[in-house]
Amino acid sequence: MPEKVTLLSVYRFLPQTNCGECGEPNCMAFASKLLERKFTPENCPPLKKPKYKEQMAKLIELIAPPIKEVTIGTGNSIVKIGGKEVMYRHELTYHNPTAIAIDVSDTMDDGKIVETCKAIETISLVRIGETLKLNMVAVRCASKDPDRFSYVTSLVARSCNLPLILCSFDPKNLKAALEKGQVANKRPLLYAASEENWREVSELAKQYDCPVVIFAPNNLTLLKSLIKTLQAIGIRDIVMDPGSYTEGKLLKDSINNLVMIRRAAIQRGDKDLSYPIMAVPAIVWMGEKQDPITASYKEAYIASLFMNRYADLLIMHTLEIWALLPVLTLRQNIYTDPRKPVSVEPGLRAIGKPDEKSPVFLTTNFALTYFTVANDLESAGINCYLLVLNTEGLAVEVSVAGGQFNSSNVKDLFLSSGVEKMVKHNKLIIPGMAARLKGEIEDSTNWEVIVGPRDSSQIKGFLTKYWA
Amino acid sequence: MAIFFGDDYEEKEEAKALIKSLAKLIEKLGDLEIENVEIRAEELTFILQPMVGVMAQAPQLLPKVEKAIETLLKTEFSPPIETYPGQIAEVQIGATRSDGGSRKKVVRIGGEKTMPFYSFEALNPNRLAFAMDVFDMPVVLAKSVKQHFEDVMHDPADWAKRCVEDFGAEIISLNLISTDPLIKDTSAKDAAKTVERVLQAVDVPLIIGGSGNKAKDPFVLEAAAEVASGERCILNSANIDNDYKRIARAAKKYGHIVVAFTPMDINNQKKLNRLLLDEGLSKEQIIIDPTTAALGYGLDYTLSLMERIKLAGLLGDSDLQMPILASTSNSWGAREAWMKSEEWGPREYRGPLWETVTTITAMMAGGDLFMLSHPATVRVIKGLMENLYGEVDTDQRIQDWITDIGM
Repeated sequence: MPEKVTLLSVYRFLPQTNCGECGEPNCMAFASKLLERKFTPENCPPLKKPKYKEQMAKLIELIAPPIKEVTIGTGNSIVKIGGKEVMYRHELTYHNPTAIAIDVSDTMDDGKIVETCKAIETISLVRIGETLKLNMVAVRCASKDPDRFSYVTSLVARSCNLPLILCSFDPKNLKAALEKGQVANKRPLLYAASEENWREVSELAKQYDCPVVIFAPNNLTLLKSLIKTLQAIGIRDIVMDPGSYTEGKLLKDSINNLVMIRRAAIQRGDKDLSYPIMAVPAIVWMGEKQDPITASYKEAYIASLFMNRYADLLIMHTLEIWALLPVLTLRQNIYTDPRKPVSVEPGLRAIGKPDEKSPVFLTTNFALTYFTVANDLESAGINCYLLVLNTEGLAVEVSVAGGQFNSSNVKDLFLSSGVEKMVKHNKLIIPGMAARLKGEIEDSTNWEVIVGPRDSSQIKGFLTKYWA
Repeated sequence: MAIFFGDDYEEKEEAKALIKSLAKLIEKLGDLEIENVEIRAEELTFILQPMVGVMAQAPQLLPKVEKAIETLLKTEFSPPIETYPGQIAEVQIGATRSDGGSRKKVVRIGGEKTMPFYSFEALNPNRLAFAMDVFDMPVVLAKSVKQHFEDVMHDPADWAKRCVEDFGAEIISLNLISTDPLIKDTSAKDAAKTVERVLQAVDVPLIIGGSGNKAKDPFVLEAAAEVASGERCILNSANIDNDYKRIARAAKKYGHIVVAFTPMDINNQKKLNRLLLDEGLSKEQIIIDPTTAALGYGLDYTLSLMERIKLAGLLGDSDLQMPILASTSNSWGAREAWMKSEEWGPREYRGPLWETVTTITAMMAGGDLFMLSHPATVRVIKGLMENLYGEVDTDQRIQDWITDIGM
C-alpha cells in the first residue's frame, strides 16, 4: 500500500511562518485544507517565491493524486479527467466528474454532422441549481479515408467548441486529421494506441503533444506493457481503455478489469496504471440496424454501470434525452461532495412577494427537497411562505417514517418562525407524503391543515383548485 | 522526428558528455521555456520531455532521455487481490415443505466475501435477489407501472400471481398499507388474512410490510407472522422507535426474518442491529434497510451508505454483517420517472430506465435484495445479472467499433 500522506508530512514543506496570507490562521490549518483538497499549493503566496521552489516541487509531488489528472483540449475548451484519490467516494470525494463524449461518424453527410455537433453542445438540463451538459465530441473515422476524416474533423471543430476525441486505429487517419484537420493545436485526445499501431500513434502523440488512449481489450498485461512502453518513449498524458464489452461473460470481465486497474493504482501504488479510465458504451450500437429505443436504453444502463465503477470518460452514441437524463443525473449524484451538508437552515422563507393572504407551505430541511420545492414555487410564480422544518436533513417520506417530521417539531417551528404574525389566515399546506400527520399537526398548531400534492411540481394546479 | 539512442547508450562516453552539456544548458535557460527543445549531435537526437510546472524549473534535475524502443517492454500484471477478515451472514428467505414451510423454492442472499461482482478475487455464494411490489389495496402508481397491473390491483393475490407468473418475480413484497389508521385502518387480523391468501396464491417467499404507522405496524406484523408461521417471511420493518421487540419476538416465535430499517444513519443502523441481536435474533435473521433514495434524490447518500456498510461488514464489524435490502422501487417517487415532460422525452422509457439505473447503482454498492415495480426493470436487471455472473457465453468482438457502429 502506498504511504498515506499525513498532516505533518505536508506541514514539513510549508514555510511554517504562520503569515496568514492564505487566509488561514496558520500553516497547520493550511496543511489540513491541502489534504481536504480545498486548497492547492498555489494558494500559499510565500511558497511561490524562488527560495521555496524546491519545497514547492516536493509538496506538489507529495500530494499528487494517485490517478493522474489528464487535460484534453486547450483554452476555454478543456476537459479534465482522472485526478482520483480514493476507491469509494465516502473516503474523501471523487474529483473530475466523468466526461461524456458523443460520437460523430465521418460517414454522415455534412449537414447531419453540423446538426449533431450543435445538438451535443446545446443539450443542457438544470437539476438542483446545476446545469448538466455533455462534454466532448468523439469523431470516428468510419470512412477509412484519411482525407474525409481530416475534412470532417475540421468541420466538427468549426461547428462546436467542445474538446475532441479523434478515433481511428489506423495511424494514417489520425495523422491526416492532425495535419490537415485544424485541430493540431487543440490537444485532442487520440484514440487509440494498440498492440499493432503503438509506434506510429505514440509518435503522433509526441509530435503534437496530445493525450493518447491505450486500447488493450480484456488484456491487462498488454495494457500495462503498452503503458510502460509509451511512458519510456516520453508520453505523459495517457488514458486507459481496457475494452468495453457489453455482453455476456465479457461484460463481467470488463467490470473486473476496471476495478482491478483502479485498485492497483490507488491501493498498490502501481504507477503504470495510475491513469484515467475510459469506456465506450456506444459499443452497444455495433452491428446491423439496432432498434434505437432498445439500444439507447441499454447504452444508458451500461454507461451507468461503468460510471459506478471508475470510468472517467465515456463515449456514447445516443442523443435521446430520456436516455441521457438518468446518466447525467447519476453523474451528478456520484460526484456530489459527500462532505457537503445535506441540510439547509430550518425556518421561514419568503418566496416571491408574499402578503398576509399568501399560502403557507411546509417542507423539510433536506437540501434536495428544499431546493426542489423552492424552485418549483419560484418557477410557477407563486408568492408564498415556505416553512422549512428541521428533519435532520431527511426527505419527507423518510422523515415521516423516521419520526423527525412530527407535529411537535411543526409547532416549535410555528413559534420560532413567527409565521402566525405574517398571514391573516390559518391554513397550512403540508406535503402529500406527510398526509398521515394532518390530524396531529392540526391539534398541535390549531391551524387548518390542507394536504398538498405528493410532488411539488403539481403545486400550481393544486392551488387553483384548493386555494381561493 | 526523433532518432533515439541504441540500447547500450549508457556505456557511450559521448552520450555522457552530451547529458552534461544538456544539464548546463538547462541551468542557463533557468526559467525559460525548455519544452520541446531539440539538440542535434551527430546522428543522435535528444528530445527533452515536456515537463510540468516546477519540475521544469528545477535545474538540478537531468532530463530523462529515451531509448529507441522497437518492441513492447515486457511486464506482468497480477490482480490486486484482497482478503477480508469478515463475511456477510447468509439469510434464507422462504421455507419449503422439508423445512417447515410451503414455498416451492427458497431464496438465499448474503454470504459475501467481497464487494459485488469483484469475481477476480472471490466468488460470492449467492445471487442478488429481486422482489416485486404488491399492495393490499389499489394505490397511486406511475402510469407506466399501473398499465401492467390495473386489472388486478383490487386483489393482492391476483396482483402477486401476475408478478410471479407473468414477470418472473422471485419474491413478493406485500405492503399492508390499508392498515394505516388514516387510510382504511384495516385490522391486524384482516391484514393477516390477506397474507394467508397471498401465500396460497403464489409459491415464492414473501416480504410482509406494514403501513409505516409506528404504533400499529408491530401488531400487524405480529399477526402476519403468526398466520405465516414457518414460512421464513421477511417482516418489514423494525425501527429504533417502534416496538421492535414485539416484531423480533414474533420473528423468533414463528420463524421469520426482520428488516432493520433506519433513515440514512449508519450509527443508528448499528444500534438497531445490535438491539435486534440482543433480542435473540441471529445475524441470519436480520436484513438491513439503510434507506434507498431515488436517482437524483439522494441516491448518492444511499450508495455511500451501502458501500460503507458492506465494507465494514467485510472488514469484520459484526453489527453490520447482514445482507442489505434496497427499496429501489422508490425511484418512482422521482418526478423524472413518472412526469409527462416534453423536455425529458417519453416517460414510457424514462420511467423504467430511472428504476434500472437506481437499481444498478444499489447493486454495485452492496445491495442484496431489491424491490422493483416495473416488469421491464425486472427483465433488464435479470439479464444483466446473468452477464455479470458470467453465465452467458459471448463472442462479442469490439476491435472494430470505430467503423462498425451504425449511424
